[in-house]
Amino acid sequence: MKPASFDFLCPDTLEEALAALAEGGGEARVIAGGQSLVPMLNMRLARPGLLVDIMRLEALRRIETSGEEITVGAGVRQAELEAWTNLSRDLPLLAAAFPWLGHVQTRARGTVCGSVAHADPSAELPLSLVTLGGAVSLRSRKQKRKVKADDFFIGMMATDLAEGEMIEAVHFPKARPGSGYAFREIGRRHGDFAIVACAAVADDKGLRLGIAGVDDRPRVFALPALNDDQFDDALNDIAWSLNARDDIHASARYRRELVRNLGRETLKEASRCRA
Amino acid sequence: MPRMNAAQRHVVDFTLNGQKIRAEAENRMLLSDLLRHEVGLTGTHVGCEHGVCGACTVQIDGKPARACLTLAQQVRGSDVRTVEALAPGAAELSPLQAAFRRHHGLQCGFCTPGILMSLDALLREQPDAGREEIREHLSGHLCRCTGYATIVEAALAAAEEQRKEETPNA
Repeated sequence: MKPASFDFLCPDTLEEALAALAEGGGEARVIAGGQSLVPMLNMRLARPGLLVDIMRLEALRRIETSGEEITVGAGVRQAELEAWTNLSRDLPLLAAAFPWLGHVQTRARGTVCGSVAHADPSAELPLSLVTLGGAVSLRSRKQKRKVKADDFFIGMMATDLAEGEMIEAVHFPKARPGSGYAFREIGRRHGDFAIVACAAVADDKGLRLGIAGVDDRPRVFALPALNDDQFDDALNDIAWSLNARDDIHASARYRRELVRNLGRETLKEASRCRA
Repeated sequence: MPRMNAAQRHVVDFTLNGQKIRAEAENRMLLSDLLRHEVGLTGTHVGCEHGVCGACTVQIDGKPARACLTLAQQVRGSDVRTVEALAPGAAELSPLQAAFRRHHGLQCGFCTPGILMSLDALLREQPDAGREEIREHLSGHLCRCTGYATIVEAALAAAEEQRKEETPNA
């Protein structure tokens, strides 16, 4: 339960960090808060040759609002975003999700972008990002690109991040007045990984439901209006369209049942918030 | 800062319980091991070593954090507090520690240092913390002896005591 050995670099500039990542190729990994990566190191599920610590890069430690988007830099800790003054006004879905996200003790160190990079299929932040239709800014020595969150997560702890690339920031669309947001999850204990987590948005375009913990990545679906006859059928179709698996925590059947029930409750709550 | 070689030990300068300290660690060394094996402060306990049990919780820059999920190199320049910093003297307990003893908030004591560091930070940041906030902070800790009820009672008593001290005429 101790990490295997690795070189360590604590660069003073982003250019230095990107050069090290380019040089390191598949051997190099970014470390920020370490709350997802260090357990992987301790269990030796990850054995990088080089860790690049980005927490001293001031340029990455910003929360910025520009137009309709909130940009959270790769150095922003979860607790910092949780305590951000405009959170409940501009990102009410995240305000609802934060109490479910690990524990006070891990949010104090873990970063928002780190959770996105880790891409655990049951994690709250990737789910929120996908449900809101957010995006991820990736940067390497040679190029910058912005990827839609839904395209960024490609499988179980697998993302579109290429060798030599790092997440520079994530972008959450700002809440619009007259929209409703809700977040709920079921886990064995408070703070545990979710068995199923649901995030919902109700706005003038309709209902959107994001689901984590069932498929190998967070998935988002559009639904008909709540009072529609087809509503329960649509939820059932969603439950069956997800690739639910049995594991030590819950059966696939139980997960589908949670999608139907927790999904309905979360959508109802988002609709109530809208009214 | 130059790339630090995996095979060597590297200096880590930080503040530990109010004192500047210089320790040495390999890159792969965890803060929990630095504290216990290099500095010799064994009050910080190591349980699961992957961030689940909370036994190794210390305060980094005033916030409770897992020492086992922190590399020693990551605390360079930080202010780290461990359970050894709580008691004002060798024969004296802090009010929170004394409340734990009074209310039987510990049995075997393995989880206690981590819980104390979380609750100490909570009571400093939110002096009016009630049962709900205390339980929220405790959710990041596993105790296999007490069933938590006495821990909550101890924390509530310590919070109450702290509030009385701060407003003596209330």
